[in-house]
Amino acid sequence: MSKLHTMSDPLDLIDQKKDGSEQYLTFLLDDEEYGVEILRVQEIKGWDKVTHVPNSPHYLCGVLNLRGAIVPVVDLRLRFGMAARVYTPTTVVVVLKVDGITQRIVGIVVDSVSDAHAVLVAAIKPVPDFGSSINTDFISGLVSIDNNMTILLNIDNLLGVEALG
Amino acid sequence: MSIDISQFHDVFFKESFAGLDAMERGLLKLDVGAADIDAINIIFKVAHSIRGGAATFGFMGVSKFAYVIETMFDEMRNGQGEASVESTNLLLDAVDVLREMLTAVQQKMETDDDRIADIRQKLEAMMADNDELQADAEVTQANGKQSIRESDISNIGWIIEFSPHRHLFQTGNDPVRMFRELDSLGELTIEVIDDKLPPFTDLDPEDCYLKWILTLRGNVAESEVVEIFEWVDDDCDLVITPLSHDTVKPAIIGEQIPVTSALQEVIADAGQLEVADAMMLTLLPTEITSNTTEQATKEKSTPAKAAASIRVGTDKVDSLLNMVGELVITQSMLSQIGENFTPEMLPLLIDGLAQLERNTREMQEGIIRTRMLPISFAFNRFPRLVHDMTDKMGKKVELKLTGEQTELDKTVMEKISDPLVHLVRNSLEHGLETPEARVAAGKDETGTLQLKVFHQGGNIVIEIHDDGAGLNEEKILSKAIEKGLVSEGEMLSPEKIHELIFLPGFSTADMVTDISGRGMGMGVVRKNISSLGGTVDVFSKRGEGSIFTLCLPRLPLTSAIMDGQTIRVADENYIIPLISIIETVEIKAVDVKRVLGKGELYKLGDEYVPVIRLYDVFNLTPKITVLEEGLLVIVEGEGQKNGLFIDDLLGQQQVVIKSLETNYRKVIGISGATILGNGTVALILNVPEVMALYRDPTLGKMKLNNDHAA
Repeated sequence: MSKLHTMSDPLDLIDQKKDGSEQYLTFLLDDEEYGVEILRVQEIKGWDKVTHVPNSPHYLCGVLNLRGAIVPVVDLRLRFGMAARVYTPTTVVVVLKVDGITQRIVGIVVDSVSDAHAVLVAAIKPVPDFGSSINTDFISGLVSIDNNMTILLNIDNLLGVEALG
Repeated sequence: MSIDISQFHDVFFKESFAGLDAMERGLLKLDVGAADIDAINIIFKVAHSIRGGAATFGFMGVSKFAYVIETMFDEMRNGQGEASVESTNLLLDAVDVLREMLTAVQQKMETDDDRIADIRQKLEAMMADNDELQADAEVTQANGKQSIRESDISNIGWIIEFSPHRHLFQTGNDPVRMFRELDSLGELTIEVIDDKLPPFTDLDPEDCYLKWILTLRGNVAESEVVEIFEWVDDDCDLVITPLSHDTVKPAIIGEQIPVTSALQEVIADAGQLEVADAMMLTLLPTEITSNTTEQATKEKSTPAKAAASIRVGTDKVDSLLNMVGELVITQSMLSQIGENFTPEMLPLLIDGLAQLERNTREMQEGIIRTRMLPISFAFNRFPRLVHDMTDKMGKKVELKLTGEQTELDKTVMEKISDPLVHLVRNSLEHGLETPEARVAAGKDETGTLQLKVFHQGGNIVIEIHDDGAGLNEEKILSKAIEKGLVSEGEMLSPEKIHELIFLPGFSTADMVTDISGRGMGMGVVRKNISSLGGTVDVFSKRGEGSIFTLCLPRLPLTSAIMDGQTIRVADENYIIPLISIIETVEIKAVDVKRVLGKGELYKLGDEYVPVIRLYDVFNLTPKITVLEEGLLVIVEGEGQKNGLFIDDLLGQQQVVIKSLETNYRKVIGISGATILGNGTVALILNVPEVMALYRDPTLGKMKLNNDHAA
């Protein structure tokens, strides 16, 4: 988290682009590390009470008032079929900008945000084929950060209109 | 110095379009009976003001065309020429052309010159015919007017000696404008006489030293010439002499200079003298800007779209202003209370806040009212539509409009306009029969098409009622079977058959004509109306006619602030629009009946209303399942009453509706969300959808099961 503000400097980002790398925000779910493009992150906020939406998929926690906009919040653990966790004030919601026909704002609940990393585009590995056992549409690639595998997410596929149920 | 007159263009266009609508209405009135002098007068005035306005702004094409119409009506006004069906139709076409020309000028697009010339020619030909008729008539009548009229007809032009008094410019009159009008009457040549022009040292720049001799060639009545100089009558010496055949020789007239160059020369002279003649100098820029505007009009073909605007009655604005005044008073009262607040002042504060609430509510209602327009805006085009279509199809139809003053939100109005036209066309084309068929069926030769608008609850109801043949059930059914919408041998009640016409892509028109049957179909009508939160229904009886009923919300849901009732069910709070709630009752066990041991009904007065357990349709974990422990909110939607079983009623409040779709998606049973005072989100129930969900629970679950990630 602490490095975030330095990364938001636009000049930094341009410099990073030049050497063929992209900035990713990484976070944890259980002990798996995931990453999303940092330019898609609008903000990171603490957990707040959400309003349940009737007949919505179980992984949709509900909707949230984000400065006047009604924003859906998805529990990523439930979305990935992991065990649920009790929300506490330290639970983190990452608010993302999702592109589709129109740009939408969607929040995801994660265990904790770890860091911001520059990832060389050339270093991103394709996703192995798991066959039908795991849907990999929303994974854009795998990358090693500090010898740890990070799963890079394609949030447009993960949180698109169809995917939100 | 010069004023940019383009800033007035917008007003001119708006007024002209409104005027054209009035003209169209007037023409349609003419059609019905014999020449109605009031209607003729109105049309004449409109044409006159459009011509004048267009000339002022330099839209010469428009001005000239309007002039032809004006002349025609001037003659009608004077009792010459008759309103026949052909002339009315031609004039309606002329109105269309004029409207197109104005639109073209406004959006800086090309005009259809051929069509303009064609209509203009026809108009002129008709006028010539009228003149002949008139001349004949007058010869036989042999009255005193004859000679004047005949001289008018045979005249070939006028020589006008226009010697303005010195103070002409001070009266605000502009010779160029008059000359321009003269120019629109015929071929005009102008000679300027500047012998009175004093030496520069003695020249008063605000005086007029010039005089003009104008030669106007063409078949122009003296009265028309006099009319142009009407305003300056007292400020000039005017001598008008008819141009005789022998005076037409150029030698006598002397040097001829076209209008603009003559003036430009004068002004150039003035410029050389370095005289800042205020009046004179403004003439030139005006001329030039207006000319270039028209040129630019031709060059640019990209349409420039005018921003949407509404005309609001001053009374509405005044009342808003009053409310603002009250709001300011309340605000100052409250800040006074706040300055040195003591606990004793609490009642005062509460009063003040109540007043503030009242003020904001009034204010909000006032602003919503400014968006409301009488539905006659959407109805305006129907007289014309009916006229044109019945003409084409050889039917006789009387159009009756009632309740046109009912007000509707502007956006709703815009969206219902096309569906309404479609319904009216349908009634004219498929509903009403030809006069022969009507007589054969023992009905009056003339059919009736009635458009009726009225309030019902919070909604506006529009009924389109024709006394035609009604829907042909066999035809609809066979078509539906042909299209595979219904299986053969299926027995359907007439009502069910009528419903079939609302299926997408369903059209029974035998032939695709240019009038209808182009596949827009009732399906699209229903879709459009339901996107506004309204409904369309049909009631029809063979041989007696059909009634299409549109039920519309007065306000579009998205722009509305509405009154809501907060309710609690299974630990969740929802808001029910107050407008949907009829009453709330405590449930008595004896009044609950069951159908087949499951479907619950509640006896309310002498009706049985189905009980919808809200936690069931929304799949929530219930807290209260025993009916007697909760409350039943009786709601109405789409004409049906239902009871919503809830845990408790909370407060009532005004809510601002926010869209769920912006960032999420449509949720069945929910019309939107709102943010409560404490910052949390509450969902607003869509009562008709909740009822649909109750009838068919799969509606909400459809997407639930087929999407599990990983």
